[in-house]
Amino acid sequence: MVMDWQPVWLSLQLATVTTLLLLVIATPLAWWLSQTRSFLKQPIAAIVALPLVLPPTVLGFYLLLLLGPQGAVGQFMQQLGLDTLPFTFAGLVVASIFYSLPFMVQPLHNAFESLGSEPLESAATLRASPFDTFINVVVPLARPGFITGIVLSFAHTIGEFGVILMIGGNIPGETQVLSIAIYDHVEMLEYSQAHILSAGMVLFSFVVLLSLYYVNHRFEMPRR
Amino acid sequence: MKREIQAHFKASRGEFHLDARFTLPAQGVSALFGHSGSGKTTLLRCIAGLEPSIDGSLTVDGQCWQSNGALFIPPHKRPIGYVFQEAHLFAHLNVQQNITFGQRRLKPHERSMTFDDVVAMLGISHLLKRAVTYLSGGERQRVAIARALLTSPKLLLMDEPLSALDEQSRADILPYLERLHDELSTPIIYVSHSQKEVSRLADYLVWLEQGKVQAEGPLQRVMGRFDLAATHGDEAGEVVIAKVMQHDEYYCLSRLQCCCGELWVKRVAGEVGDEVRVHIPAKDVSITLEPATDSSIQNIWPMVVDAISEVEQGQVMLQLRAAGNRQSPPLLSRITLKSFERLQLSVASHCYAQIKSVGLLS
Repeated sequence: MVMDWQPVWLSLQLATVTTLLLLVIATPLAWWLSQTRSFLKQPIAAIVALPLVLPPTVLGFYLLLLLGPQGAVGQFMQQLGLDTLPFTFAGLVVASIFYSLPFMVQPLHNAFESLGSEPLESAATLRASPFDTFINVVVPLARPGFITGIVLSFAHTIGEFGVILMIGGNIPGETQVLSIAIYDHVEMLEYSQAHILSAGMVLFSFVVLLSLYYVNHRFEMPRR
Repeated sequence: MKREIQAHFKASRGEFHLDARFTLPAQGVSALFGHSGSGKTTLLRCIAGLEPSIDGSLTVDGQCWQSNGALFIPPHKRPIGYVFQEAHLFAHLNVQQNITFGQRRLKPHERSMTFDDVVAMLGISHLLKRAVTYLSGGERQRVAIARALLTSPKLLLMDEPLSALDEQSRADILPYLERLHDELSTPIIYVSHSQKEVSRLADYLVWLEQGKVQAEGPLQRVMGRFDLAATHGDEAGEVVIAKVMQHDEYYCLSRLQCCCGELWVKRVAGEVGDEVRVHIPAKDVSITLEPATDSSIQNIWPMVVDAISEVEQGQVMLQLRAAGNRQSPPLLSRITLKSFERLQLSVASHCYAQIKSVGLLS
């Protein structure tokens, strides 16, 4: 039996890149959601949460149309002389960002809202500009939210299947991630390989969630 | 130029209408005083710039901080210190990191307060390495005051810093506040609903009622008017600043001199020449038309009736001033309607006030 570790490696790469990009995208989005009184707050929050309820195939289908050679984004990219995204690693990253967005935004949004206005006002009366306050007060106080968001996004991206199948297909070394590889092994009745990867996933997910609960428990200090 | 703080703020929020205009001296302690819901905290927040949606104008010591929509300096650019009702310390920083948070954001030449002085003044040197979670209410508030002071503010704003504390912590922290009053040149605006706190700390008073200024002026003058209006008369009374003239060790008495006359009180702690504040409850000031010579009461002052109001059924509040002194601060006397009619008192009547007891405030 030859074990091919490439899908595992690819999954970890995908999850790492996705999580890092999500931090950059979701932090300002969650902050805006927690502070705004705009009428757009609820619609935007609902759009962000959509991937939680939609079947991944629906998301994958529309992303495929949008990013494909006939789609708006695809056409635009071709005009710039770039390759279209479907069936590439970059395409997987884009799809994963949409798919895992709520898992980063929601913990951050909750963490920001639970801070209340008090630390912000204290910081403002202590000469800290809004940006200074965000970096030096909000981020450290919202640390449990960041940890939860990072861990959940990472784990959720490792576990995605439907979206990737739709937009990435099954190209070894490019888009064949862990979950797809398991599917492949089962299709070909290679149950022992499927077992190794599947049991690994179970163990990995358990360890991730367990450490998350431990870490958040540690941060639940009395506030006052 | 006269150093002062001019403010005018206007807002409507549902049932609450704020329209307050006042001028404070830019020195000493000024109190924004009134019942809860009078708008005093909102006004303080306006001065700090924490209510950008409220329209108004604010000039502090000649510098304009806000001007009806044309100018609004954001809070982090105003040279203020702010002490919140509940300390609002940063939970992720220890005591020392908390108190230097603002100081680290000043340019070196803006730092007029030094860390060591402030820590010593508030008695928190033993707390510096502690997590703020493990501080008592009184300690938290002292740390919050130190944090505000280390921003070397040109104006220190305090929003009921004692109200979240128990009686014991309040008593512990009041002396520190008095030190601020005595040792700092920074003007302080102090929000409170407590007559006792204001009487002990403030020099100047703005009395607010439902978003409007009822009266403003030096402490004693405004407090008198407040008391005259107060219907819960038992606590009503006058704060008088007096000077210790003499101690009589044999009788355990001290002789104080205030603007209405001499006052013999139980031996006070201060030295001869010290200033003390005494509270004269209106219910302990009785009136006679002739100076009694055979009374057990020693403190008898000739007075003139300035104003009369019926405070409740059968009770009359008189506002008195020293005979022959138009500028004297008022003294309040609460007597029964029956005595009032028997003595045939009216405005400008001459009479004698007998002071049965006084309370020493500091």
